[in-house]
Amino acid sequence: MTKNEEIIKGILKGDHRSIARAITIVENEPTEGQRIIAAIYPHTGRAHIIGLTGPGGAGKSTLIEKIVREYRRQKRTVGVVAVDPTSPFTGGAFLGDRIRMQELSTDEGVFIRSMASRNYPGGLAKATKDAVKVLDAAGKDIILVETVGAGQSEVEIIRVAQTIVVIHAPGLGDEIQAIKAGLMEIADIFVVNKADKESANKTVMDIQAILQLNNAENAWKPSVLRTVALTGEGVPELVKKLQEHGDYFERNPESKRTLMKSIAEAELVEAIKERMASSIIGDLKSGGRLDELLQRILKKEIDPASASEKLLNEKLRKN
Amino acid sequence: MQGKGKIRVLIAKPGLDSHDRGAKVVARALRDAGMEVIYTGLRQTPELIVETALQEDVDVVGLSILSGAHKALFPRIMNLLKQKGLIDVMVFAGGIIPEDDVAELKSLGIKEIFGPGTTTDTIIRYVFDNVRKRT
Amino acid sequence: MKIFDEERMKEIKRERERWEQTTLPNWLKQSKERKNEFRNQSGMLIKRLYTPEDVERLDYLADLGFPSEYPFTRGVHATMYRGRLWTMRMFAGFGTAANTNQRFKYLLKEGESGLSTAFDYPTIMGYDSDHPMARGEVGICGVAVSSLRDMEVLFDGIPLDQVTTSMTINGPASMLLAMYTVVGDKQGVPKEKLGGTTQNDNLKEFFAQKLCIFPPKPSVKLTTDVIEYCARHLPRWNPISISGYHIREAGANAVQELAFTLYDGISYVESTLERGLKLDDFAHRLSFFFASHNDFFEEIAKFRAARRIWARIMKERFHAKNPRSMWMRMHVQTSGCTLTSQQPHNNITRTTVQALAAVLGGTQSLHTNSFDEALCLPGEEAVRVALRTQQIIAHESGVTNTVDPMAGSYFVEALTNEMEERVMEYIMEIDGMGGAIPAIEKGFFQKEIADSAYKYQREIDEKKRTIVGVNNFTIEEPECPIELLRVDPKVEEEQVANLKKLKRQRDNRKVEELLGKLHYSAEKKENLMPTIIEAVKAYTTLGEITEVLRQVYGEYKELIVV
Repeated sequence: MTKNEEIIKGILKGDHRSIARAITIVENEPTEGQRIIAAIYPHTGRAHIIGLTGPGGAGKSTLIEKIVREYRRQKRTVGVVAVDPTSPFTGGAFLGDRIRMQELSTDEGVFIRSMASRNYPGGLAKATKDAVKVLDAAGKDIILVETVGAGQSEVEIIRVAQTIVVIHAPGLGDEIQAIKAGLMEIADIFVVNKADKESANKTVMDIQAILQLNNAENAWKPSVLRTVALTGEGVPELVKKLQEHGDYFERNPESKRTLMKSIAEAELVEAIKERMASSIIGDLKSGGRLDELLQRILKKEIDPASASEKLLNEKLRKN
Repeated sequence: MQGKGKIRVLIAKPGLDSHDRGAKVVARALRDAGMEVIYTGLRQTPELIVETALQEDVDVVGLSILSGAHKALFPRIMNLLKQKGLIDVMVFAGGIIPEDDVAELKSLGIKEIFGPGTTTDTIIRYVFDNVRKRT
Repeated sequence: MKIFDEERMKEIKRERERWEQTTLPNWLKQSKERKNEFRNQSGMLIKRLYTPEDVERLDYLADLGFPSEYPFTRGVHATMYRGRLWTMRMFAGFGTAANTNQRFKYLLKEGESGLSTAFDYPTIMGYDSDHPMARGEVGICGVAVSSLRDMEVLFDGIPLDQVTTSMTINGPASMLLAMYTVVGDKQGVPKEKLGGTTQNDNLKEFFAQKLCIFPPKPSVKLTTDVIEYCARHLPRWNPISISGYHIREAGANAVQELAFTLYDGISYVESTLERGLKLDDFAHRLSFFFASHNDFFEEIAKFRAARRIWARIMKERFHAKNPRSMWMRMHVQTSGCTLTSQQPHNNITRTTVQALAAVLGGTQSLHTNSFDEALCLPGEEAVRVALRTQQIIAHESGVTNTVDPMAGSYFVEALTNEMEERVMEYIMEIDGMGGAIPAIEKGFFQKEIADSAYKYQREIDEKKRTIVGVNNFTIEEPECPIELLRVDPKVEEEQVANLKKLKRQRDNRKVEELLGKLHYSAEKKENLMPTIIEAVKAYTTLGEITEVLRQVYGEYKELIVV
């Protein structure tokens, strides 16, 4: 059995080491990674994937730890993927989300993986989707994806998760209005953490006010929950709401199908873009023509979009 | 190191030792050198450290200890790493570890011990030069 | 009222400018200065020359005054070392209580004037020697104390009415103080006569020493319990040693060390006032603990500024009436993190410079590190040399012949002033955040300290900062230059066996009862000292008491800022 076959077998058995190795491979080795994903893909689709995002300082990681504990109490297995930003200057990253969940490391029913964004936009890492697939195929009932949440528009999350949770907290200096519109529209559940603070009520009301303006026709009405992550207050209710949304999803095959289709389409588009681009640029490089083309663009003889059309037509004609 | 990816490092503080200045400075320096660093805080048990190394599939584990308890804790950590099949992870240590103990620790599989006064550049260079290529 | 009159000042200024335009440039032409600019560790720019101009606004009476009078810049005691030398108090502890008892007696014999106890990590974290978390850590870097029995052995043959004892213990401070009072009691020494200090400063644990057991609010409550209890029952005891040492060792610079320590002090004054005590009932027993670092004059300025700022805070912010409430009494320890494992004998020199700074700074009590600090716990010879360092300064150097000899130095007074300004900036900033606990929750202290620590290391790595023997003046290091102290691994076995025996011999029903009482008391938010004293008397262990408190208060989860 090759290394990959071992790993694939291990994933399907739920072996942690195989999961860990597989995630590393999909992060770093496109060809091998693709093979693994192809092999396990038929086994995905069982997990309830929940995306959690929100500004720094809202207590996401602390809340996630409590959420995991609640799921574990209910004997569900959990995978957590926590994404932290890669420094654009050094290329390095400090992966600090695990700290808040560290005690759960030795719980066999929990698998936690930290990923660096590696400058991929939108709050996730490029390999996050694949990491989620691995955990899904490994049999984790629930997969929590914690995004970077530095305040930019983390709409990438919609391409990964079925349930989107936005976590905010009072007094962070981020006015609710600053939450990018995109995020307000896609979120299924809003949480105001640190709800024991005096200004929490205002935060809740601010969110509710914005929600009134959106989402009038959707079947699922996003609600605003309060939690105090440090004590665990409000967490059972939150988990119940998460389950509700998961169930709603199952019971509404139409909306589920729509979402899953749009996720699949987005993935397909991205996969095509990537392969097309790398194939075309590869051809240019090996033909020694890349530099020439770049010079022409710099000299303003042709713009990048027109150049790409030409190249694409060439490629398609060739094949 | 796996493929052409980043080097993933776990910086760990085993036992009850609470001096984390060095561990944090090293973590930051490695991050600034382009590595992906996981630091899990104080008071980690050998089990927590090894399970973290496994789940995060790190290339390197750096153990920091200034309390003198390395004699009891490091063998446990190295044994667990072996048990879990993490034999290709490079382990180094730092802190207050007497010269006399270094040979024994190296025989357990700890590749290098960095005593007080080691520059962060030395550690960074060591990791780059010695992290094992994974197949 | 200025020290120099206007006309004179103008003349000095003119002359200084003349010097800068004539003598100085000629000199610089021949030999340049070693650096483009000279800064001390907190980043203050150090001038080439200090003149009366730099202390132009210094008002002798308002800013310096006289020793033992507001604002106490020149010292808290009127005659300082002419009357009584500082307490030579060497931090000690390792192995079993019997081992440490021996070291205590050795140090007393060699001339130290007060005891100072280092506890092992399990004790500090509230674990008994037989707890799983204690495996491999018992007695390794301090003495293992799990019960009153260990305390009795620790002070066996040491009369508690004749020595003062400092105990470096924070989370479990109440428990060790309780044990100490019972030991005193058994020796026939009443509580009122017991003298010493418990560190008991839980706030700094969250961002410096990191030995936190419980979350911030209950930790402050426990600290305040001890302050309140001592105010009422232990008049000679310093219930708290508000510490900057650990803040400095964690990487802070001198300004941060002073500012964060003083702010902790402010927080404790507030928490104790909330109990209904009057300021003058307890403030005179608040003591402080600082590091003494390499930059000689910066440290002296820090100690002097510390006294003045605290006095001003107590008077203006808290309206203290009794001058004693405005006193800042301090213990100083020379800096451990500046000592090297390379060429360890150099550490004797470093410690001497640092100790001298502390003495010129007017400390009440001093610990000097041993030269093997970076290698292991202090060996007997090493600790003796460290003690002798203090004795030589005290008896041979002559610096103790007068009070506050550095006063009036243009440089030192200018530095003292600048230190005060920068510290007050921090204090206002933390005020703005709502106090120490909100600042801790935000990670403010942690970030300041981590940044300073990283900056310092970068300076060393880039050779912008010389550490002799490490990045300059290095040698081929010999295999193992000195003999190291090793703690006998049997210590853990012995302790575990002792605990088994103890639990067999004591009245376990009573212990359970008292633990139940403690739980109840803690839920009711009462002062826990009386119940804890009862519990330790019945040989309830440290771990058992801490476990009850863990149940009530929860455990603290660190906020990590790198």
